[in-house]
Amino acid sequence: MARFPFSAIVGQDEMKLALLIAAVDPSIGGVMVFGDRGTGKSTAARALAGLLPPIMVMDGCRFGCAPAAGPRTCPVPCTASAGGGKAHKQPVPFVDLPLGATEDRVLGSLDLERALRTGEKVFEPGLLARAHRGFLYIDEINLLEDHLVDLLLDVAVSGENVVEREGLSVRHKAKFVLVGSGNPEEGELRPQLLDRFGLAVEVRTPRAIDDRVEIMRRCAAHDGDSVAFGALWAQEDDKILRQIARGQRKLASLEVPDDVLVDAATLCSAVGVDGLRGELTLMRAARSIAALNGAKTVRREHLLQIAPMALRHRLRRDILDETGSTTRIERAIAEHFG
Amino acid sequence: MIPDPNANASGETAPGALHDAYLAVRLLALAPQALGGIALRGGGPARDLVIDALRAHVPPEQPWRRLPGHIDDDRLTGGTDVAASLAAGRVVHQRGLMAEVAGGVLSVPMAERLREDLSGRLAQALDNAASTGAGFTLILLDDGVETDERPPLSLLERIAFECDLSGLRALVDAPAFGESAIALEAVAPLPDDALMILAATAEALGVASIRPLLFAGVTARAHAALAGRTSVELPDLEAAARLVLAPRATRLPPEPESEGDQPPPPSDKDEPRQNDDPQDQQQDGAPPEDRVLEAAQAAIPRDVLDQIASGRAMRSARGGGTGRRTGSKLRGRPLSARPGMPGGGVRLALVDTLRAAIPWQPIRQREPSVREGGMIRFRRDDLRVRRFEERSTTVTVFCVDASGSAAVARLAEAKGAVELILAAAYVKRTEVALIAFRGSGADVLLPPTRSLTRAKRALAELPGGGGTPLATGITLARQLGEAITSRGRTPMFVFLTDGSANIAADGTPGRPQAREDALAAARGMAAAGCDALVIDISPRPRPDAEQLAEAMRARYLPLPMADARKLQAALVTAQPEPRPAQRARR
Repeated sequence: MARFPFSAIVGQDEMKLALLIAAVDPSIGGVMVFGDRGTGKSTAARALAGLLPPIMVMDGCRFGCAPAAGPRTCPVPCTASAGGGKAHKQPVPFVDLPLGATEDRVLGSLDLERALRTGEKVFEPGLLARAHRGFLYIDEINLLEDHLVDLLLDVAVSGENVVEREGLSVRHKAKFVLVGSGNPEEGELRPQLLDRFGLAVEVRTPRAIDDRVEIMRRCAAHDGDSVAFGALWAQEDDKILRQIARGQRKLASLEVPDDVLVDAATLCSAVGVDGLRGELTLMRAARSIAALNGAKTVRREHLLQIAPMALRHRLRRDILDETGSTTRIERAIAEHFG
Repeated sequence: MIPDPNANASGETAPGALHDAYLAVRLLALAPQALGGIALRGGGPARDLVIDALRAHVPPEQPWRRLPGHIDDDRLTGGTDVAASLAAGRVVHQRGLMAEVAGGVLSVPMAERLREDLSGRLAQALDNAASTGAGFTLILLDDGVETDERPPLSLLERIAFECDLSGLRALVDAPAFGESAIALEAVAPLPDDALMILAATAEALGVASIRPLLFAGVTARAHAALAGRTSVELPDLEAAARLVLAPRATRLPPEPESEGDQPPPPSDKDEPRQNDDPQDQQQDGAPPEDRVLEAAQAAIPRDVLDQIASGRAMRSARGGGTGRRTGSKLRGRPLSARPGMPGGGVRLALVDTLRAAIPWQPIRQREPSVREGGMIRFRRDDLRVRRFEERSTTVTVFCVDASGSAAVARLAEAKGAVELILAAAYVKRTEVALIAFRGSGADVLLPPTRSLTRAKRALAELPGGGGTPLATGITLARQLGEAITSRGRTPMFVFLTDGSANIAADGTPGRPQAREDALAAARGMAAAGCDALVIDISPRPRPDAEQLAEAMRARYLPLPMADARKLQAALVTAQPEPRPAQRARR
């Protein structure tokens, strides 16, 4: 069955925008999606991965290396040389991390088969290697064990997986867009971990009956004939694809003017965000969305548009204050820039 | 009160539930993959009958497997059979249960105790069924008794039906459904007004997730197919609402009066795909969505009110029952390997196994009996498994109200009780922490510790007097609780207070505000899902402490005349049962 088209997802504009921003600039450090079950979180992430154009991968490479010039980043032995230096196309990887995943499976471990057959000590890549250049999606990340979340965020930010265990010493590239989802009512993520996610969005089930009917209609159409349904939305999907490609091209040349940086700092101190991650993410995300929109320069409106998703998970929680973080940010925006 | 034609005087579920379960499995047999599966709550002969009914409609060549709760990851998803590989000297692959059951039925006994990692895998497999083509139908056998003993929500979310058969005694045989059944594909997709009716019903019942809505659509079509109709009619929608939406209701629908005068607005942007109009099937004056809603209401589970009242209907993601799992054989501080067989969650320590086998290779190579094999010959004795040290303990956090009002009366008693618990805790190697609030603030007098002497000293030094900053105390307790949880331990809170707060969260005096803040903080505790016990230490029980306990969803224990020993007895009975994960692996 063909994937569900990204553009056919009803509503959820903020989540879609956050995913696009992360696709343009993966260094933003992952997207955390808060929301109930059955709101289309994983469908959106999966659809975006499916939408992106196939990537070129060296034949035989177990680490998803691109056929770019320059020194190989694979750990030894590089299996790509066995592939004859050719490359092939493959879809952008989308790895769905299961809740019970063990560290072995995530990081990679000693290749049991090789060890038994030849007595060789060879690293068997884990899920992190598989997610290289793609998406790593973790449903219910708040239920994942803390040490795994730690490790995942670390790799997501550094883009490199370093394994020092079982007598192995391996490092390989693992650049991916981390998408975590969870329902805060079922347990919260530690603030230290939350802070390391670049963007956080809140999704709600669409309440409007019309929207829900539209969702049912589209799902039924997709279930009935996914190919025809995909064709129906191909044009819209193409438009998004072009937008991402343009954004990626423009990103490097866009600079953030000083007055926007001052705005970012002002906003951060107004809402009381600790640490510098808030400012940095604001800056990157503003640049990313300016690139997505094809703007010539980064402006205040870009900054303000992404401020809620860049900051809402960094505010200090006050359980007596029932005001949501989003409202607090909006209030600060209205106060300082209104 | 919900009008429930199925409930008889004794409150036991009437044959209607059984009939619905029969209907559900029949529909499931029509669209096994699209509907995902069924959860059957309550053991007993009724459930066996329902399962037999399903079995009758599943082709015998399709696999039907049981998922034991102790299955390990390799067996579930397939992989290398370590023990067999080492014995054979070559890699022996085993097929995973999930691959074996593809296209068939997977039945999960004791689903309410299913481990998180297993439910995560199953949920993922169900999600990916469409793309991998290796889907299966899930039967969750739920033997839970308590309201919060439920199968994991991640699985309930991905299957269409939930049937409660508990307490069912009047057994009937499966009625003959669908003698004129046609294929599901022959039924036209749902027209827009039918979708609208289902969406409105889901909204009225507070079913937020989209998945049940999609299941309801398929169910309606399957129901039509069962009746031999090629288009979906009102009875089909009613059945879908009753079977799929009603068990998931999180609120009672608004009164029909308010609902009736606003029929869903006719949507003007509908594509003219479907022209058949179920309006003409409308028999009485009520709009069809009301009838569908009524059908659903009749099937709302009896305890939904309790669940809604306790606010926990949708909260526990872990399916309750097994308690908070704080560790496994896969985590913790690694220790050195030890001889043993891998499997059942115990993992092989490969390097250590190799190390154990290597010295014997020259001798083993000379053995005549060996077949052709790998370079290294293993014996069972060589196998080493990994060990981890895990200490998963309960931390009892005492939050002692040391304000003037409480101190005068009972502080000495509270201190005595804490000391007794400390002694017990020392024996059981559980930890304690102590928080005191008085004057204008709260302090952690004792971070989680096993040190009896430190605890005693901190207690002895605890002064009394001043205002009651209850909100600050509760907030601090919650923060400490979060820190404890993040270290893989289970906090349990004991509040010793009279509940009469008079210092607000910001430190200003004032009874009404203080009270409001305290209740808000208590609700925060409840939202965090903490186990708590409120011991009322006022000379005679007052509503304050009880309300506080209610807001915190804590057990409430008035102790008008208690001495320390009674207090301790109460506490020991309120302590959670020792959990399986707590046995320390040495």
